[in-house]
Amino acid sequence: MNLFSIIEEIEKVDPEFPERISPRRDAIKNITSFGSKVAVAALPFAFAAIFKRAYGQTTPVSVNSVLNFALQLEYLESYFYNQGVASPGLIHSGDMASFVTIQADENEHVAFLQSVLGTAAGAMPKFDLTAGGAFSDVLSNYNTFLAVSNAFEDTGVRAYKGQAVNLIGNQTVLTAALSIHAVEARHASAVRQIRAAQGVAIYPWISGSSSESNDTGVAAVNANYGAGASTSYPAENNVTQGGVNLTTLPSAYGSTTPYDVACAAFDEPLDMATVLKLVGPFFVS
Amino acid sequence: MKTETPEIVGGVNMARRSFLRYAGIGAASAGLLATAACSKLDTQQPHNSAGSIDIGSGDIGILNFAYALEQLEAAFYIQVTAKPYSGISSLELTYLTAIRDHEILHRNFFKAAIGASAIASLTVNFSSIDFTNRTSVLTAARGFEDLGVEAYDGAGYLIQNPEYLTLAGKIVSVEARHAALIRNLLEPGTFVGPDVVASDGLNDSATIAQVLGMANTFLTTKVSASHYNYIAS
Repeated sequence: MNLFSIIEEIEKVDPEFPERISPRRDAIKNITSFGSKVAVAALPFAFAAIFKRAYGQTTPVSVNSVLNFALQLEYLESYFYNQGVASPGLIHSGDMASFVTIQADENEHVAFLQSVLGTAAGAMPKFDLTAGGAFSDVLSNYNTFLAVSNAFEDTGVRAYKGQAVNLIGNQTVLTAALSIHAVEARHASAVRQIRAAQGVAIYPWISGSSSESNDTGVAAVNANYGAGASTSYPAENNVTQGGVNLTTLPSAYGSTTPYDVACAAFDEPLDMATVLKLVGPFFVS
Repeated sequence: MKTETPEIVGGVNMARRSFLRYAGIGAASAGLLATAACSKLDTQQPHNSAGSIDIGSGDIGILNFAYALEQLEAAFYIQVTAKPYSGISSLELTYLTAIRDHEILHRNFFKAAIGASAIASLTVNFSSIDFTNRTSVLTAARGFEDLGVEAYDGAGYLIQNPEYLTLAGKIVSVEARHAALIRNLLEPGTFVGPDVVASDGLNDSATIAQVLGMANTFLTTKVSASHYNYIAS
């Protein structure tokens, strides 16, 4: 089962990983939904030495788990953009520079995470960018490529955001991770702008309604915008933040805030187990 | 006059690049400083000092810091959309109106969340911006959005409550989405330009002092952060 290869890689450095990611591992076995990537990402090369110096031989397993989780997702993302950029006629010429920029960022993320983790770094798995056939023309149909890219970037932002609390108070790692998180969000915005220019009705941010959390127009990625494993990870159309129902606050339109505005103004985090479930179909070994 | 500055020593006020230069000695002390910060659960209430409003300390201080920035951004986009620059396209107006709505909600959310400890409403001064000129407006917008991203990224580690940290994360990625859009409107393909994202793939981050120093140039009501070594001049 491809997903378990990911888990096994992480278990090599963190034996308690399965318990960490989910109290109900059985749920992971039923992988039916499409997955997405994640970009958590990259820490600058200069930080590699800092990590090693700060933690030495006693790097907390939870931090290594987060970093290896990120690395697996970065492997997928970098492979996706490397293949996309190298596919003749796929990416429109006017958009190529943007994707080359994103590609470079993702490859830097992989190299950095490998450098930070050293011998604890998991190996690069083999990928199936069609996700078992769900996206059979991902490297020949630009619209499909853009849809997958859109979902990868948005889910990367969610995945990273879900790990921030595991790094709370850690100036070095959290600051670096937040800085990467912001870059992934910039990517997500840019890809959405490219899709909008192709005629897709979509904004740079994730909009929604009380009944719809996925605004990409691609039903196959509904789960990427849905709720996670607990109430701490609501769907992207959540409008309650910090106990406050955002729609009850005043806006430019009066004493209440439109639902769509409340959706769009806040992005939502996603837990590790759910993210791994989403990306599972892209891993073949 | 407060004398405690435990969170400042290790680099609260060091920009990321400065931090890299100090990395050799900074990393070893980061854990201890974080521990010290976590043990200090009390917060200093915001207050007026030297003619300016002070954000206070602890999580309330960071939330007020964010609230100040969101007030500034909301006021800016309200003015932008009230009288759009000449030649604005319908798509640009749609985008800028949406961003205005997001920033107003961020502002009102912080006001509601912070409650009685919230700083006062700030008076802005946008006299340096030509609201009739597209380049002037979008350049200012780019500055505000990039500043917001750098502010949240730089202050995130000071947040002690996990829920607040997650909330900051929920907002900063939306600010980054705004920033990438505004940058592309000004100059296509610059969504991760080298002036905001270093060659190592990280977004720049800024200290509270750096952020408020910039923000105060657009504020009649000056904002200080005495606990973070910054007093508005």
